[in-house]
Amino acid sequence: MAQTNARPQGVPHNGTNGGHGEHGGHGGHGSLKSYVTGFVLSIILTIIPLVVVMNDMLGRTATLVVILAAAVLQFVVQLFFFMHLKEGENAKWNIMTLIFGLIILLTIVAGSIWIMTYNQVAH
Amino acid sequence: MAQSTVTGEHGHHDHHDQESLKTFGFWIFLITDVILFGTLFATYIVLRNNTSGGPTADELFQLPIIIAETFILLTSSFTSGLAVLAMHKGLKKALIGWLAVTWLLGATFIGMEVYEFAHLVHEGATISTSAFLSSFFTLVGTHGLHVSLGLVWMIALMIQLGQRGITAVTKRKVENLSLYWHFLDVVWIFVFTVVYLMGVM
Repeated sequence: MAQTNARPQGVPHNGTNGGHGEHGGHGGHGSLKSYVTGFVLSIILTIIPLVVVMNDMLGRTATLVVILAAAVLQFVVQLFFFMHLKEGENAKWNIMTLIFGLIILLTIVAGSIWIMTYNQVAH
Repeated sequence: MAQSTVTGEHGHHDHHDQESLKTFGFWIFLITDVILFGTLFATYIVLRNNTSGGPTADELFQLPIIIAETFILLTSSFTSGLAVLAMHKGLKKALIGWLAVTWLLGATFIGMEVYEFAHLVHEGATISTSAFLSSFFTLVGTHGLHVSLGLVWMIALMIQLGQRGITAVTKRKVENLSLYWHFLDVVWIFVFTVVYLMGVM
């Protein structure tokens, strides 16, 4: 009894079994399809801002919006297709930590820009 | 008999939990690294127009090299993913092969960055020329240092994989290295956008 029960638990540690149902350290490993999709989307999202900037296609503000949006989108693409954020047993914890980090990141960056742009006493 | 088998399996499961806990710990490290880069980005954005009479971003940056660097690093992020895929199929040779490809791409990236920095210094744009260049070299240099450390780590891991093969421990290490590599690519996307693209706009 114990033997048969124990088997399925032992399998994932083998490492040589491949397969997708089981879980290793970080959990989800994705598939070739997810990596190729992520790669292609990343290339597209790199080429769009390049074309916009090099050909001066848009006004200053519009260019800024497009290139920053492309960067953020590529970040999201890599999170899901390369880093497999939503897969694995720890997904919830990973997402919570990430959100915490992003809040601090935005506070530091946006706060610095705001305070140095609008609150300078002397130039 | 049955009892001992169960405890044996229990120990095994604890080991597995510990590996996944270590990966979570590594993830927390990456998040603190996000904050480190956040402060450097904030510094750069605030200081980027303070050129102190020296060269501006627009005059200095050579976009062709930067574009090549961007695609090289992006491809290496992809190949590190292929390494993880090979690992989960139990293909040790393919795993080490893809890691080697990733390493070569990463080394090419660093080589180009060193060339770029040397070129800048040659033009008289050093880290002490202006606040803009101080923050530029600190931000881009810190990223380059991360990639270089990743290259050293990758060599060590390839040697260990050669010796021990794919075990629960080496598996976790490859997964963490791959996470680190994807993370560095994400940081580079923002360096590319905020420093270079916005610099030549």
